[in-house]
Amino acid sequence: MSRLVVDWGRCDGHGLCGVLLPELVDLDDWGFPVVGVDVPDDLHPAAKTAVRSCPALALRLHS
Amino acid sequence: MTTLTAGRLLAPAPHWSDHITRHGLLPSLTAAQLLDAADAVDVGGRGGGGFPLSRKLRAAAEHGRGTVIGNCAEGEPASHKDDALLDATPHLVIDGLLLAARATNARRVVLAAHEGTAARRLRSALGQRDDVGRVEVLELPHRYVAGEASALVRALNGGPSLPQQRRAPLATGRRPHLVQNAETLACLALLARGHRVDTSLVTMGGAVVQPGVLEVGGGTTVREAVRQAGGYLEPVQAMLVGGYFGRWLAADLALDAPLTLEGMRAVGGSLGAGIVLALPSSACGLAATAEVLRYLADQSARQCGPCLNGLPAMASALERLAAGDPPPDVAAQLERWADLVRGRGACAHPDGAAALLTSALQVFATDVEQHLTRPCGRPAGRWLEVPR
Repeated sequence: MSRLVVDWGRCDGHGLCGVLLPELVDLDDWGFPVVGVDVPDDLHPAAKTAVRSCPALALRLHS
Repeated sequence: MTTLTAGRLLAPAPHWSDHITRHGLLPSLTAAQLLDAADAVDVGGRGGGGFPLSRKLRAAAEHGRGTVIGNCAEGEPASHKDDALLDATPHLVIDGLLLAARATNARRVVLAAHEGTAARRLRSALGQRDDVGRVEVLELPHRYVAGEASALVRALNGGPSLPQQRRAPLATGRRPHLVQNAETLACLALLARGHRVDTSLVTMGGAVVQPGVLEVGGGTTVREAVRQAGGYLEPVQAMLVGGYFGRWLAADLALDAPLTLEGMRAVGGSLGAGIVLALPSSACGLAATAEVLRYLADQSARQCGPCLNGLPAMASALERLAAGDPPPDVAAQLERWADLVRGRGACAHPDGAAALLTSALQVFATDVEQHLTRPCGRPAGRWLEVPR
């Protein structure tokens, strides 16, 4: 099982991860992602897409 | 700030010659002997984290050839114990640094301090002795988070004095950075000489007759520390233990708790860097907390969204509550924001602010109710040192 991790120094709150992966990413009051739950296998491809799409390269998938 | 009681840690030996008379030369233990000596004594890190010294030393020693940083940057405005220690006995701290470097086979040895008098004091002490080799002094800006361990490492490697998200503990890996607080290093210097390390440094502040730094034994309670600080100036309602990253405790709950990591944890507090601040009944706990929270918000490194946005939001809402003009559903909103910022930053700055806020909402719960309709009329007071 892998987990999404935000690099907070990089994240600018673009919010793309919240749009691409609403099942696993909530956006907080200021548009910054709330992550933390384990990524189930069926959402792994979508999680990888979200990681690749982050304009700030701030989202990572840790196994 | 005045030193109120001094044991072995704070025994004055400001000059190298005083130090030699009192403690003698650097013990000649090998790296393995030093690691074993640290294993035998349970010393938690004294910078606020409480992480066991022996485990960090072993982790850094595993790969070796890393960097050892003695952290003399006391960024917490309510803490004065490292300042007192470096005034009284800078060479004990330097001894600890050299021993930590030996124990971990470090190739770079650094003392970090705020620029100005603190850095000058260290340079002067280093200049008095001929066994310090290539100890560097790293000067830091006067900012709350500059002394955070990852910020020290970043500054040392040419970056800004700002925290950096860690993927692994700093003391591990191929290029370990062992960061130890000044008091922890002084403890290492004592235990390497075969002494017991059964005291710690505490800063007493707020509504006590004589605010100052105490060296207390392991079983010392808050009540005894208050007595050593001359007692209360006026009736006290609550204590902020652990400093601005700490927690509020009702005074009657705090008084019988021992000033140890476990003792504070048992009553829901935290020892932090050893700080006890007494808030009198004449002050408004919500207004006092709002001032500290605003300070913490202002001191954010502004790198991480939740901290940059969440801390000012929490400070503003608490300020309005303290003024008797709260936004809708203020208590629930504050709790929600505190939950929201926790664990979502490169460093633990937002976590500390959240802990302070939630403990205030619990300890001053009656005040929260009352302030929903009107202010209490009491001032925040100048009991907590908040730089303005």
